[in-house]
Amino acid sequence: MSAFSQALWVLLLGSLLGLELIGKVPPTLHTPLMSGANAISGITVLASLTLLQQAQGNQALQAIAALSLGFALYNVVGGFLVTDRMLAMFRRKGDR
Amino acid sequence: MTAPLLPPSVPLILSILRAPFPPLAELLPAGLLSGDRLGDVFDLVAVLLLALGIKGLAKVRSARGANQLAAAAMALAVLGLLIEIQPDPITWLWIGLGSAAGGLAGLLTARRVPMTAMPEVVALFNGCGGLASLLVAVGVSLFQADGADLVELVSIAISVFVGAITFSGSLVAMAKLQGWLDTPSWTQSSLRHVVNIALAVLSLLGALLLPGDPAGLPLALLVIGSSLLGVGVTLSIGGADMPVVISLLNSYSGVAAAAAGFVVGSQLLIVAGAMVGAAGLILTQVMCTAMNRSLLSVLFGGALGAAAAVGGGGSEAGYTRITSCSAEECAMALENAERVVFVPGYGLAVAQAQHALRELSKLLEANGTEVSYAIHPVAGRMPGHMNVLLAEADVPYEQLVEMEMINPEFPRTDVVIVLGANDVVNPDAKTDPSSPLYGMPVLEVDQARQVFVVKRSLGAGYAGIANALFELPQTAMVFGDAKAVLNGLLSELRELGVGKASASRQKVSA
Repeated sequence: MSAFSQALWVLLLGSLLGLELIGKVPPTLHTPLMSGANAISGITVLASLTLLQQAQGNQALQAIAALSLGFALYNVVGGFLVTDRMLAMFRRKGDR
Repeated sequence: MTAPLLPPSVPLILSILRAPFPPLAELLPAGLLSGDRLGDVFDLVAVLLLALGIKGLAKVRSARGANQLAAAAMALAVLGLLIEIQPDPITWLWIGLGSAAGGLAGLLTARRVPMTAMPEVVALFNGCGGLASLLVAVGVSLFQADGADLVELVSIAISVFVGAITFSGSLVAMAKLQGWLDTPSWTQSSLRHVVNIALAVLSLLGALLLPGDPAGLPLALLVIGSSLLGVGVTLSIGGADMPVVISLLNSYSGVAAAAAGFVVGSQLLIVAGAMVGAAGLILTQVMCTAMNRSLLSVLFGGALGAAAAVGGGGSEAGYTRITSCSAEECAMALENAERVVFVPGYGLAVAQAQHALRELSKLLEANGTEVSYAIHPVAGRMPGHMNVLLAEADVPYEQLVEMEMINPEFPRTDVVIVLGANDVVNPDAKTDPSSPLYGMPVLEVDQARQVFVVKRSLGAGYAGIANALFELPQTAMVFGDAKAVLNGLLSELRELGVGKASASRQKVSA
């Protein structure tokens, strides 16, 4: 099996998993879930890092990759922290 | 055979499990500890944790832990990749630069942003994620496309296209939510379809020509065409539909990440991107259902009620039977009410009046009044936004009642106070088939004995549609800023002596 068809399988199974993961979401959580999923989509940091590694010796490409890393990380760090801030408010009610 | 589907480390782990004697010692130096293998293990664990994280985020109890789990998974994935690629010092320098700038900015933004601005910030973060995927694809296309096969070139084209739409679309969404951008009138005519189709064709042309010259004009065409397409598509969508658009763009940024995964050959990225893309799509669908809109009409139908908004703004045209009343009258009604329901909307959040509202309801509770809050699924500017805002003001979670639960309760409710909500309490949505809102699930506050609507003016709502509720005989308007009105009510009630004798539940008769 070629690397490409293997990647396609990964894509297919990943999509199916995503469709199944959230079925019923209480409206309360729509905003945090959106912002959490948004943070996860910042996983493109991995692409930025890989590109940085491949860019050795090419300063222009290194700059582009580092810029991309910065934006992706902005997405990730900001996204997770903001989600945590929102969810902390629900938890503070401490109904236990 | 399913074995080839699995990443190489799964058979490895299985073989370790099956082996009669731990062959770990043999594997350690040569196999397991080499960057590749260890990286694979990290990747697998990261995918597992990410999936569990997304799942957990959909439940109130587990949401916070799940968010932290997903963050840990992300850290693990980055760590795994760093072990695998073993960056040299110069690469480390670049990594440090990028991470420090992005991480610090993210930290500051997350700390500083007020809860009311949450939708804008999510849009901003999302746009940056899209931009990151776009930059990766552009970088590869500019410098590393020599000898790239067709698959790689198609992946680049998709990544640029989706990344650019996500980026520009998210920025437009943010600007519209912030009020920096209006909906230009040409975007409400069918001209916009012509423009958007032209831009799509332009992008497609760029994508088709890309294999011939990956670093030249076609790339520029693709980047510019798809960026403008993102603007063109988002610009025509009206404020009330914005949350749906942000959620959809969020799904796109997952797709962009997956496409970037194809570009750089990372399976973890493909899985995670696909998961977020699909989950985002489901969430978008859930939101559309809550607003009784179809995704297609959100995307292509233009702004809801935009025609009405043209003449709307601050004009009072159209209303003929409005009763207005003072805070004092409202306070007296509250004093005698046994059951009060507040309907908070975005106007409440804008006025930062959540805390005043909480004070008021505490006072009423001390007076023996039953208080609850009716939460429309799309109250605020994003589904669930209002819950966050009220939670910030320490409103007990149990008092927030969702629409299906509270609607049967309105007939036995004495006083309803609508604070900065408009379209979600419009009875036309149930009764008037000609209303643009017709069919949208609404809070049936018109069933209550008495309704007070706190509003700054008779201007049109977010969707720009006149509200029949305001003209009902049991409705009275209390004009003013939500916070000022609530503080007025508080002092009136205190003057009436409400809540003084909190231990005795008897009411002071007026």
